[in-house]
Amino acid sequence: MSLLTINDLTVEFPTRRQLFTAVDHVDLSVEPGEIHGLVGESGAGKSTIGAAIMGLLDRPGRIASGTIKLSGEQISGLDAEAMRGLRGKKISMIFQDPLTSLNPLFTVREQLVETIQAHLGGSDAEANKRARDLIDRVGIPDPDTRLDQYPHQFSGGMRQRVVIALALCTEPDVIIADEPTTALDVSVQAQILDLIKELATERQVGVILITHDMGVIADTTDKVTVMYAGKVVETGPTSQVMGRPSHEYTKSLIAAVPRPTLKLHRFPQISYGGRETRFAIEDMARHWPKVDNDTSKPVFEIRDLTKKFLQRKGLLPWDRTYFTAVDQVSFDIRAGEVFGVVGESGSGKSTVARMIAGLYPVDGGTITFEGQVVSDLKNRAALDAYRKNIQMIFQDPYSSLNPRMRVDDIVAEPIRHHRLMDGADIKRRVDELLDQVGLGHEAGLKYPHEFSGGQRQRISIARALATQPRFLICDEPTSALDVSIQAQILNILKDLQEHLGLTLLFISHDLPVVRQMCDRVAVMKQGKVVELQETNSLFANPQTEYASELLRLMPRLDDLSTEGLSAEG
Amino acid sequence: MTDTIETPTAAPKSRFAKFWDSDFAWSFRHSPVAIIASLVVIVLALAAIFAPLIAPYNPFDPATLNLMNGFTPPRTPNAFTQETFLMGTDDQGRDVFSTILYGMRISLFVGVSAVLLAMIIGVILGLMAAYFGGWTETIIMRIADVQLTFPAILVAMLIFGIAKGVTPPEYRNEMAIYVLIIAIALSDWVQFARVVRGAALVEKNKEYVQAARLIGRGSIPIMFRHILPNVLSPVLVIATISLALAIIAEATLSFLGVGAPPTQPSLGTLIRIGQGFLFSGEWWILFFPACTLLALALSVNLLGDWLRDALNPKLR
Repeated sequence: MSLLTINDLTVEFPTRRQLFTAVDHVDLSVEPGEIHGLVGESGAGKSTIGAAIMGLLDRPGRIASGTIKLSGEQISGLDAEAMRGLRGKKISMIFQDPLTSLNPLFTVREQLVETIQAHLGGSDAEANKRARDLIDRVGIPDPDTRLDQYPHQFSGGMRQRVVIALALCTEPDVIIADEPTTALDVSVQAQILDLIKELATERQVGVILITHDMGVIADTTDKVTVMYAGKVVETGPTSQVMGRPSHEYTKSLIAAVPRPTLKLHRFPQISYGGRETRFAIEDMARHWPKVDNDTSKPVFEIRDLTKKFLQRKGLLPWDRTYFTAVDQVSFDIRAGEVFGVVGESGSGKSTVARMIAGLYPVDGGTITFEGQVVSDLKNRAALDAYRKNIQMIFQDPYSSLNPRMRVDDIVAEPIRHHRLMDGADIKRRVDELLDQVGLGHEAGLKYPHEFSGGQRQRISIARALATQPRFLICDEPTSALDVSIQAQILNILKDLQEHLGLTLLFISHDLPVVRQMCDRVAVMKQGKVVELQETNSLFANPQTEYASELLRLMPRLDDLSTEGLSAEG
Repeated sequence: MTDTIETPTAAPKSRFAKFWDSDFAWSFRHSPVAIIASLVVIVLALAAIFAPLIAPYNPFDPATLNLMNGFTPPRTPNAFTQETFLMGTDDQGRDVFSTILYGMRISLFVGVSAVLLAMIIGVILGLMAAYFGGWTETIIMRIADVQLTFPAILVAMLIFGIAKGVTPPEYRNEMAIYVLIIAIALSDWVQFARVVRGAALVEKNKEYVQAARLIGRGSIPIMFRHILPNVLSPVLVIATISLALAIIAEATLSFLGVGAPPTQPSLGTLIRIGQGFLFSGEWWILFFPACTLLALALSVNLLGDWLRDALNPKLR
């Protein structure tokens, strides 16, 4: 008998306009000690399954049919009181964001002891001992001191360990981990996943690991269920599903995953469910001013670039303390190349990008664009001339477009600001751009919220291309997107570089993506560039310890099917 | 999760149909409180605007007043002139119903203008504080803090007193209304500034603002074209609730005798006149203006409450 059995589960959200079926006749079972991966893109219904098991469906969601059984006993349809007894005791949950799942006003000890006593009872001394053992077990050094600290005194990875300890403290049978490592850096991600793996075997806990990341699935899970639009499309042992996928959707999903080992010319355009949108690069190239990229000359020369942020305010200068986010960074960007900057969060990579874009003032060093120093431009006309050539694509497609502006106004804004054309010409140009990025010019009459994440990123690209810039800064342009959409956007960026002769600065924390995109890569750590190399030689032969460590922690994707992929060249 | 479903592209709808179908209009149609409150507000506002057409008498035309009609109870023929009045008359024989209609005009005019003025001041200062930060922010927000330590009525009375001192006597009555508006607006802008600053601080760090800066847009276009439209919904809610408060503040000031002059009575002035007769049996002189004020302020307030819920996506 399985530990957790889900039979024919259907979850519906009746909304004003339609009945939305989030989970559609899903069957699933988890054995003790097994990690079962639930993978799918956003909106596939994977988190809804987790919420349904916990009895925590958001209103107005409801279980329309099917049963959920824990050790043979039905737990779906239990009343709130009975469910509360189960939740936290038999079933625990680990959420994505460790900061919001801990109460900031209580110490770690108080939170653990409270949970232990609420579910298991027992004396204070017993509960305290148990809390200490757990903190020790999840690998937090110096448990006696750390127990009495508050959540904000822990780093992201340590905080997630506390959350895991909290989930374990009542010896649950099942743990549901909903994107447990999405908010963490790669190096921390690997440690947390190892911990979950160990604990599952050691305590014979069944784990449901919900994620969108194929790398996490391939590395961690025993079995995997692939979901698409609320339905299970494929299920089976991980090695089989990843290595020899049988369903078309699984194949397209796996083909879209960037590989660390194999550089592709383009991601395969396998589409499922009619999502493919054409990007008319040839049209665009025809109207683009010819650029003659002299690859020997750098477009950007960056010397000793420094940025300090105020850490403690003070009325008097000597009362203030500063935090050096970027510390004497120097590099060149050659014409026509894709220059990558990688690093973990807090490494200063985005700050460098924003200084080059002119969004942050420079605290030291110079930025030279085509022989002209631009880091201290004050003259309005010269600044505008520089800005016309520099555009940026932002990380979050949901916040990078003004929600109260119509799409055609968004795309037209740079043209209007730089007075590149007037009246009817602007409209023609905007329609053209929207057609070329594959949205169709009728998209101009809508507002951003009517588009999906990938479509919004296309609007961002249209806006960035409106002034026909020479240089494009991409700050984590795909990290908020699903993997199949990411493949489309990365293909577009490759097209822009190749056909329009654009030079790209590509900021990312995702090494496989960097491998696919960049010609040269700078690795940043704590505000400094620690290594700068050609991409291929960096991946083959890292020179510094930090870079090799990062590469080592990259998810292994060797087991993944390589169907439909062709290497560059 | 529902936001990722593609809605089928329907035939283009008219603007009204689009609005009628929106979640906002839907929430209105399903809230009886909001419907009733807005009906009351509309009826009262129309009655105030068209007072000269509706009112049976012009209470400010001395030629039509007959002192013999004084203290006539509602719907009872006067002992001397045999005239009947819907809501009775006051001590000078003025028809209470007509004075309420004219009084409401002044109350609404003062309330709406004061809120508009407060909104303009508050929104501009709040946006500036959030966008520029540093010293600008410190100065603006400290002024706001100081403003909040005085009771609004006190501020209004102070301004009223100063204005009375500096204007020549012959203009005093005409000036009174405008001084009232400025006094109420000056004690009311702080909450607009605070709310706008809070919302704008969040918006300012969003990437669309950086995108606009990258294009090269200056501070003013970014503040007003990009940030302002995104902070307007809380402003709308506060404006509605402040309207109710401004009407009450006006009534309070007039009741205290520092507001609308007796020659141009607002609802507050009428209540002040009426309370003198409450205990001698002429209850209607106080009762009807007070009820009107209550209905007006309550409806506007309920409307503001509904608006706050309807514009808050979390409560949907």
